[in-house]
Amino acid sequence: MNVETKLGLDVFKIDEEPHIIIDQDICRRCEEKYCLYVCPAKLYTINRETGDMEVEYSGCLECGTCLIACVHGALDWNYARGGFGIQYRFG
Amino acid sequence: MAEADGEKVEVVIVGAGLAGLSMAYVLAQAGVDTVVVERGDYPGAKNVTGGRIYMAPLRHYLPGLWDDAPLERHVTKETLTMMAEDSSTAITLDSDRFREEPYHSYTILRGTFDRWFGDKVAEAGGFVLPKYRADDVLTEDGRVVGIVMGEEDEIRADVVVAADGVLSLIAEKAGLRDTQQPRHFAVSAKEVIELPSKSIEERFNLGPKEGAAQLYFGALTKGMLGGGFLYTNKESISLGIVVGIESLLEREPKLEVHELLEEFKGRPEIRNLIADGETVEYSAHVIPEGGINAMPRLYSDGIVVVGEAAGLGLNMLLTVRGMEFAVASGVLAARAILEARERQDYSASSLSRYEELLKDSFVLQDLETFRNVLGFMENPRLFGYYPQAICDIFTQLMWIDEKPKPKISSTVIRKGLSKFGNWATVKDALGVLRI
Repeated sequence: MNVETKLGLDVFKIDEEPHIIIDQDICRRCEEKYCLYVCPAKLYTINRETGDMEVEYSGCLECGTCLIACVHGALDWNYARGGFGIQYRFG
Repeated sequence: MAEADGEKVEVVIVGAGLAGLSMAYVLAQAGVDTVVVERGDYPGAKNVTGGRIYMAPLRHYLPGLWDDAPLERHVTKETLTMMAEDSSTAITLDSDRFREEPYHSYTILRGTFDRWFGDKVAEAGGFVLPKYRADDVLTEDGRVVGIVMGEEDEIRADVVVAADGVLSLIAEKAGLRDTQQPRHFAVSAKEVIELPSKSIEERFNLGPKEGAAQLYFGALTKGMLGGGFLYTNKESISLGIVVGIESLLEREPKLEVHELLEEFKGRPEIRNLIADGETVEYSAHVIPEGGINAMPRLYSDGIVVVGEAAGLGLNMLLTVRGMEFAVASGVLAARAILEARERQDYSASSLSRYEELLKDSFVLQDLETFRNVLGFMENPRLFGYYPQAICDIFTQLMWIDEKPKPKISSTVIRKGLSKFGNWATVKDALGVLRI
């Protein structure tokens, strides 16, 4: 089962306002780009046309691994707003 | 809440997890005006455990509360499995002591458990405010005097409690902790897989309501610090993998946690246990691994930090603990606040009583005793060489073919010496003495 299918099983309340903001200037200078593979939901990708780092925040499990892994501080990271984001039924 | 400007309570707790709710329960029972702010739709909506919860500390710190708690199965079988590339060696403890009431530990799902706990807090007179995210602390003259929620709302309080989990953005905003280091955290990914209770009991050889707890380490994390876990719930299995974040960053070639979980599920040891099960939820959580060396400051003027927000967790390979620390720290912080309330003094020196109480309890004593466990576990041989060596020796002992078989003693001694009789393993054995 791939990770997209797994995320499809979860309950998300999607906010229009992203809760993770990426500083593209820092990302462009970053060599490691740890965020591309540490996210357990695989939400980080590089846009092929613009070269920007993008995050599909609506599928975020709010674990915070990317925040810890981003050693260059490119993430303005918060939890989803109150009443939004992942709503675990089992946890 | 627009009129909340200037609204004042005695204690505002950020986060309806086990630490926050335990604290709210004690304070509400004592008649303290207490609000718990929770960003999820209900308590538990953002909370994840492996999980299993050890009951004795809960019964000690909140006696009488747990009788009707929605727990899953009481654990009667503990299994530790060392995994090699193509084999594994398991040790199982099945003890009558685990079948004696009151039971030692239960498997648990936080979605149901925390919601129940939230109701208990409300019954005791506490107030849980869901769907509100605390964004910052309110400070005046260097002391914390409340929290800010969104653009407009604020709640003022005598004491703010950072019970907002492992990342504790509130403790960070209050200046009690620095930026987190990858070395001090692990990431866990878990699936809840539904199966009929009859299948669970047959597959794990369990009586009704009995449960199994299984930990795995070795080849499944490909040399990285971490392991796997499996807990049987009433009608589901919690199956997951944990990997140290620093190991994940440093490993070449790179690996992803969700891929490791899929490979783990595909191992024959696991595959048959979850066959025909239906995955109903995928979750992820960061776990504090830094122990006492990575704790934030626990209090300051007008604020205390409890539970995972305070870094209270302990992974000792054989046991993984956190929830009972959360409950105990919540209760002890509540007691410290009740004393501070008597004095009407919520300054740092008054609230330092909380740290004293933690030091007198198992919480900081266990964290102190096991302060070197992370260093011990950062040894890659633990996750590659040793499980492989043990499985190789057992394979040699069990394997029968057409050739004459060497004496058992010679297999054990020869293999044992070749695998364990070197300086690195002697050094590792000495390392065990430090934990």
